[in-house]
Amino acid sequence: MESDRDFLLRLRSGDEQAFVGLVRRYHEPMLRLAVSFVPSRAIAEEVVQETWLAVLRGLERFEGRSSLKTWLFRILVNQARTTGAREHRSVPVADPEPAVDPVRFDPFGGWADPPEQWIEAAERRMRAGKLADRIRAWMDELPGRQREVVILRDVEQMSSEEVCAVLAISEVNQRVLLHRGRSRLRQQFEDEFREEEG
Amino acid sequence: MSRLRGRDLACRQVVELVTDYLEGKLSRSDRQRFQDHLLGCPHCTEYLAQMRETISLTGRLATADLSPQMQDELVEVYRQWRAGSQ
Repeated sequence: MESDRDFLLRLRSGDEQAFVGLVRRYHEPMLRLAVSFVPSRAIAEEVVQETWLAVLRGLERFEGRSSLKTWLFRILVNQARTTGAREHRSVPVADPEPAVDPVRFDPFGGWADPPEQWIEAAERRMRAGKLADRIRAWMDELPGRQREVVILRDVEQMSSEEVCAVLAISEVNQRVLLHRGRSRLRQQFEDEFREEEG
Repeated sequence: MSRLRGRDLACRQVVELVTDYLEGKLSRSDRQRFQDHLLGCPHCTEYLAQMRETISLTGRLATADLSPQMQDELVEVYRQWRAGSQ
């Protein structure tokens, strides 16, 4: 794959195909992320449009100290926050939400209702192309901050350092949000395939 | 330093430590206790496998296609930028 550096050179020199490649790759992911900061999809679309303008304006100044992707998402998050449509809430560190419903454990903390097996069924449905849309819908249902972290870490495959930089959150907060988000998704898979069997 | 009191981990604690475990953020002693628990607990072993599977499935989501209309709009933005900057 072409390096960020070569890609930037093409973008700066006015290579339209380079820009098309960039928007095809990042427009939708940025839109999904923007939605969690603002009250409507229409506003999120405006935020992403503004982000592209800001990206082009900043292209000459980008020094490549972060990856191109981190830089793009940082601009997006800044745009979304300045739009100010959603008040920036602080993240509760002592999140009381458990990974698994407490009723599934016995009084000693052991499993009373152990996890149902679903991995093979999920793999089959993923291969059949019938699971991705469900996963996207579940991600849309996650609380905003959890969704942001899961999108960046697990969908966009950024490192925890990159995610902290993009969202301006601490490493510990990042990990708590990731844990809650992934735990909720795991539960969604379990519910989905339990229903299928039942 | 260990964050956890008591010697043996309960399943209910294990499910809360999975992300710290996968991120390599447990202390050496907590990591050992986590792994010791897994050795004797098929349910938590399954749970950990499911968390890994969750991460794997999420990582396979392809980017949705951009509508041709939106792509055209953005290319127009790029052309204007190019015209203005050169």
